Order: sequence, then structure tokens, then C-alpha cells
Amino acid sequence: MLTVPLGHVLVLAAVLFGLGLIAVLVRRNIIFILMGIEIMLNAAGVAFVAAAWRWHQADGQVMFFFILAMAAAEVSVGLALVLRLYHRFKTLDADAADTMRG
Amino acid sequence: MDIVFYISSVVAVAGTLMVVTRTNAVHALLYLIVSLLAIAVIFFALGAPFVAALEVIVYAGAIMVLFVFVIMMLNLGPHAARQERAWLRPETWVGPTILGLVLLGELIYLVTLPIPAAGAAGSVSPKEVGIALFGPYLVGVELASMLLLAGLVGANHLGRRQDDGPGEGGRA
Amino acid sequence: MLKALWLVPALPLAGFLALVIGARMPRKAGAWIGVGSVGAAMVVALMVAVRFVAAPPPGHAFTQVLWQWARVGDFEPRVALYLDPLAVIMMAVVTVVGFLIHLYSARFMQGQEGYNRFFACMNLFVASMLILVLADNLLLLYLGWEGVGLCSYLLIGFWYKDPVNARAAIKAFVVTRVGDAAMAVGLLLLFVSLGTLEIQAVMQKASDQWPAGSGMAIAAAALLLGGAVGKSAQLPLQTWLPDAMAGPTPVSALIHAATMVTAGVYLIARTHVLFALAPPVQLAVAVIGAVTLLLAGFSALTQWDIKRVLAYSTISQIGYMFLALGVGAWGAAIFHFMTHAFFKSLLFLGAGVVILAMDDEHDMFKMGGLRRKMPLVFWTFLIGACSLAAVPLATAGFYSKDLILYDAWASEQGGLWLWAAGVVGAFVTALYTFRMVFLTFFGRLKTEPRIAAGAAMGVPLAILAFFAVAAGFVELPETLGDLHVFSDFVKPALPAAEVAHGATSVEAALQLVAGAASLLGILAAWWLFLLRPAMVEGMVGKRLGAAVHRFWCAGWGFDWLYGRLFVKPLVGLARINKADFIDFFYGGIAAMSEWLHRALRLTQTGRVRWYAAGVAFGAVVALAIVELL
Repeated sequence: MLTVPLGHVLVLAAVLFGLGLIAVLVRRNIIFILMGIEIMLNAAGVAFVAAAWRWHQADGQVMFFFILAMAAAEVSVGLALVLRLYHRFKTLDADAADTMRG
Repeated sequence: MDIVFYISSVVAVAGTLMVVTRTNAVHALLYLIVSLLAIAVIFFALGAPFVAALEVIVYAGAIMVLFVFVIMMLNLGPHAARQERAWLRPETWVGPTILGLVLLGELIYLVTLPIPAAGAAGSVSPKEVGIALFGPYLVGVELASMLLLAGLVGANHLGRRQDDGPGEGGRA
Repeated sequence: MLKALWLVPALPLAGFLALVIGARMPRKAGAWIGVGSVGAAMVVALMVAVRFVAAPPPGHAFTQVLWQWARVGDFEPRVALYLDPLAVIMMAVVTVVGFLIHLYSARFMQGQEGYNRFFACMNLFVASMLILVLADNLLLLYLGWEGVGLCSYLLIGFWYKDPVNARAAIKAFVVTRVGDAAMAVGLLLLFVSLGTLEIQAVMQKASDQWPAGSGMAIAAAALLLGGAVGKSAQLPLQTWLPDAMAGPTPVSALIHAATMVTAGVYLIARTHVLFALAPPVQLAVAVIGAVTLLLAGFSALTQWDIKRVLAYSTISQIGYMFLALGVGAWGAAIFHFMTHAFFKSLLFLGAGVVILAMDDEHDMFKMGGLRRKMPLVFWTFLIGACSLAAVPLATAGFYSKDLILYDAWASEQGGLWLWAAGVVGAFVTALYTFRMVFLTFFGRLKTEPRIAAGAAMGVPLAILAFFAVAAGFVELPETLGDLHVFSDFVKPALPAAEVAHGATSVEAALQLVAGAASLLGILAAWWLFLLRPAMVEGMVGKRLGAAVHRFWCAGWGFDWLYGRLFVKPLVGLARINKADFIDFFYGGIAAMSEWLHRALRLTQTGRVRWYAAGVAFGAVVALAIVELL
């Protein structure tokens, strides 16, 4: 059986989350931003599953299940939007879509 | 078993690091898949086989494949990599890295706080998960299915080619 | 019969209401209501007066309580009318003169627009004036006081479309307001210290509680004097009356000659006990009267507008009444008020006919030689002028003015200087009066008169001329008949003046001097303005003469002084504060909001990563707060 302290797993989740956040903030390409979002979602899922393991309850895994479903829906719509964006602005630069400024 | 966990976590972190720093989109995606697979192993080690399977099948298998499809469809070409390199100058890393490190520090501080003692940790079988899903979380499951339907319809509508649709041509 | 007293102010008030509600009624109906209501009031008033004289009520005073006005703690004013000899005289004069002037103006105002409005305002004025003179308590008196002030404003600015008239009306209102404010403070003072505002009660309590010369009495009397000075156009608040001539001539006759401007005289006579308790204030009344009568007399000498001559003459004659009040000759003041009401309104009405005949020309120098063309007007005007100039023995003006001059010399508070001022004033009065007569009616005919006075205008003139002569014969001095009908009648209300140094021989000598002054004045006017007009022009042509002429013509520079002292600073302040500094608060709030908006706008870059960074930053801060607390 696993005897890793819960803290370690959560630290892993935190590190992954931080990396995902950095990816979202640094990258200008929309595809990479979406990837960063996926990384963050996944990190949250790790935290939930770790909690389910720790407390010996199914709720964490159920939560991960929902996160997964949501991520799937979000990615499909998001990528469709990326296609539209590319069609409109002829570039994948996230900063190009700033007509809402001001 | 502990060692498995630690090795997988190193692989996951390294993979994610590579994802963040690559200029070629396809390379980044492949590294991401590696990272996800490592996380699936971690799930397995945490006694959640069902979730591990889901991670591989849905996350790495479907979502990442979607990404690959879209990138292929966009057909960007070599100038895209050059552009990425141009965008990834060192000074752009400073702010987000500091923010990320601060956040990381806070989170680590929070998770290392003493937690009350509890019963023994253990794996949760898929059977229990299934019972939970079709028991107290039934409504959530139904909502999730509706969400997926909405996503399906939305993606279908947004992905159309023949006309520009509303919101195109002119002011946003 | 006395119970019908309430009808006297009520009838004109009803006339006012009818004319306001039915403002669109035809002119004939308006005239009938307007003149008729005052006529009916006159009839009732005369019947009441006859009854009062024939069978005086106990204590020579009759109070008719109409209703309780208010009840606030200790303050319980009522609407009540008080009739004593003083009130009888005032009421009779106001209604008789008022009726005659209303009759005259039915014809005079015929061509004007706003005919019904005119009679509505005039009726309201008569009602307010009657309330004023019949009031039992000072609060009701103040109501009448304010009412006549309002009507004066409305009627001076009757032809409101000309801004000059509007300015004159505002000037009149504002200047009298200064006096009214003083009077209001005086009323408050009286109420707070004596606990009541009923006039008889006030006088009783004041003489019980305040020793002669006490601070309270002086303060109260001085404040009431302030009000009187404003309404009666005496120094220093006399500047509004000459400009008030912008109103129609009947208005000038009724309000600014016979009745409203004498309200101040009435007030002082009514509250004479207070003034007797404050000798310095009473002296001030006499001095104000004396100075004003001289000032106004000299100003009247230089005017070219016939109505302005009469306006300054009114100020001057009211100065005589104030002089009488100041030396304690209350009855003499009211006697002069009565005779003045008759001859001054006569002069104004006559001037009105002349102005109408000259096609709205006021300048006397453009008139001349009218005595053959307008005989009725000429003879009545001449009678009025003689009364004003106090031509000895034949006119009412002589008897009333002579009584004042005698009391100015002989009474305890009187003296040589006051009497001398009165005599010089009499000379100047005769001088400017006959200057006016000679310029207008004698000499060469310069403009052909258009119309002649009809019956509606002629009858009032004739009646007033009769009174201008006959009204004096009710009070003859000892040397000339010793008839004291008038002073005996008012004695219950107004005690006689205390004669300190006078004897019959002195009285005769003084009468000779007064008569001589008036005749000399007439002679001088004839010589200067009829015989040798060139000499006058020569005097005015020289530098000193022209300067003096300009100074007197402008009312001794009071308008200029007040303009510098009060008007200019206020207008300057208003201009400075035009960008009201309080606006800075509200403008500042708006400006700050705008600045905040512009600052926040900078955070809306439209870029997704920027927003994501914002979210992350917020999360970091929130977590930090959680951890640190």
C-alpha cells in the first residue's frame, strides 16, 4: 500500500497547477493557452483523487469524473472557437483579439 | 509502491515543463500526453484504477487527439515556430514565474498544515465509485451529460464552414 | 349699525375676488363691480361714522371680533376690528377718497388693457388699507401693511411690459421691505416682552411695565419707526416714491398720495404711547420729518415731470406729519393727513387729466397756457395748489399746516429749529407748487390738448376741490374762531399736544409768519417763473447753479449713494459667486468619477492573458489573506 504522505501528493498537484498557470500567462498562442488550462484542470483532478484516497471515499473520484466531462466539453467548444478566431484574425495570437479594450 | 509514485511524479513534472517551453505545437502536445500518462500511473498507485483508466482513455486519448486534429487542420507551417520563438523572450517569463512561485509557496504552506487524524488511507474500487455516481450524484451525472450535449451542439455550430455567421465581417 | 363694520373691508375684498374669478367679464361689468364695491364700502363706512359720532359707544371705542385667527401656546391673535375716533377718520377718508378715485379711473383707464386687473388690484388695495386702519392687533395690522405693499408693487408695475415700470415696482417693494423687516422685528420684540399684540393692551402694558426712556421702549419704538419710514417714504427710505410714478395716475393718487404712504403716520399715531415712552425716538421722528420736508421740497423745485413734482411734494407733506408726530401733536398730524389726502389726490387727478390731454406727455416745459382750454381742470387744480401752498384763511391746507407749525413751536418737544424748518418748508412748498401751476396752465400754449374731462373725471375733481377748501373749517385756531371739532373728536384716541410756551398772541404772530411765507412763495413763483423765466434759466445755466440743480433733481444723490453702498457690492458678489463654489463639490464628484473611470479603463486591455493574470493575482492575494489571518 502507498504510504506517501498526503502532503506530497498535494504538493505535486500544486506544482502542476503552477506550471499550468505559467503556461497560460506566458504563451501567446491560443493553442498553448488551452493546453495550460488542461494542465491546470488535470492538477485539480489529482488533488481530488488524492483526497479520495486519503479519506477512503468515492466522492473525490466522482469529482474527477465531473471535471473530466467538463474539460471534454470545454475543449471541443474552445477549439471550435479557435478555428473561428483563426478564420477571422488570420493568426493564433491571443493578443490580436483585443477589440474589447477600452 | 512509493517509489513508483515519486518516479511518476518526476516524469509528470518534467513533461509539463517541456510542454510549457516548446515552440512546436505538436511537440508540446506529445509531451503533454506523456505527462498525462504519468499522472495516470499516479492515479493507479493511489488506488483509483477507474480514474486512471478514464484519464488515459478520455484525457490523453480524446482531448489531446482533438488538439492534434485542430493543429493539423490549421496547417500552420514553419513560420509559426519562428513566431513562437519570437514570442518567448526571456523577459516575458519573469512576471508569470514570480506569480506562479508565490502561488506555489502559498499552496505548499497550506497543504503542509497539520491535518486531523483520520482512518487508514486506502484504494477506492470502481464499484464504490459507480454506486456513488448512480446514487447521491445522479443529478450531477445527468447534468454532465447535458453539458456534453451542449458542447457537442455548440462545437458543431461553431465549426461550420459555409457562411461566416453572425459576428463576422466588421466590428466585433 | 356699528355691527356692520366688518362690511367695510369685506366689500372691496369681495370685489377683488369677483374681479379675479371673473377676469374675463366685459369692462362695463368690471367697472361696476370695481367702483361699486368701494362705493358700497364708503356708504357703509359713512353710516357707521355717523352712528359713531351721534351715539358714541362706551369708552369711545368699539371692537368687533370676527374670529380667532390662531392659537399657538400663549399666542392667540384674533381677527378683530377696532373702531375709535382715529379709525373713524382714517376709514372715512380712505373710503371717500378711494371711491372718488375709482370713479375717476373708470374713465381714465378706459383705453388701457388689463382693465379688470386694474380694478382687482385697486379693490384689494382698498381692502388691505381698511384692514390696516381698522385692525385691533398689530398682527392684523401687519397683514394689511403687507397687503398694501403687495398692491403697490402690482399697481406700480401695472404696465409690466415696460421694464422701467417693473424696475420701479421692484425698487418700491425692496426699499419698503427694509422697513417692513424692521417692523417685524419690532413686533416680535413687543410680543416677547409684553406677551400680546393687541394694540390697546400693548399700550397699557407698556406704560405699566416700561419706564419712560427705557431701552425696551426705545428699541420697540425705533423698530416701528423703521417700518413707518419705509412705508411713508421718509429719510432714509424715500428713494422709491419718485420712481413709483411709473404707475398709472389714479394709482399715484390713491396709493402714493392719499393712503398707503400715510400708513406710517397712522402706525405712529396708533402706537403713540410707545413713542411717548421713548423721547429720543420721538425726537428722531420730528427731526426726520423736518429734514425730509426740506429735502423733498428743494427736490420738487427742480423737477420737470409733473408727477415727480407731486411725488416729492407728498414726501415733503408727510414730513410735516412726521414733524407733528414728533412734537407730540398727534391730532394735528391726522388733521393734516385728512386735508392732504383731499388736496393731493385732487392735484394728482388733475395732473392725470392734463397728461391724458397732452397725449401722455409728463414734461411741464412742454405744457403751457392750458387754463383757457381746460377750465374745470384748471380751477380745481388751482384750488388744490392753493391748499397745498397753505394759502391763508381760505384753504384747508392752511389750517392743518398752521396747526402743525404752532405745535412745532409751542409744544414741549418742539422748538425754534423745528418751527423754522417748517416755515422755510412752507415757503418752498408754495414756490414749487405755483411753479408747477404757472408752467402748466399759464404762458404760451405749446401743445393743443386732446380731450376734455368728462363727468366721470370731472365730478371727483369737483368734490375733492370742495373738500380741499371746506375740510379745514372743522378745526380753527383760537385766534380765528376757536373751533375744535376735530381735536375734540379725536381726543379720546389721541391726546392733545402739551403746549409749553405758547399764548394767543404768540399764536397770532406765528400765523402771520406762516401765512406770509406761503404768500411770499406764491409771489416769488409768479415773479421767477411767469415774469422773469429767463433769470431762472440764467441761474441754472451757470456752473454752480447747474450742479445744485442736478443734485436737487436727483433727490440729493440718495439713489447714487444707495447704488454705491448696497447695489453695486451685491451685484459684484453675485457675479463673483456666479461659478458657485458649492458647485465644486458636485462638479468635483463627477470629475473624480470620470478620472476613476479613465484609470480603470487602462485595466481593460482586451487581452485574455492579462485577465487571466488578474484572476491569478486575485487568487494569490486571497490565499495570502487567508493564511495571514
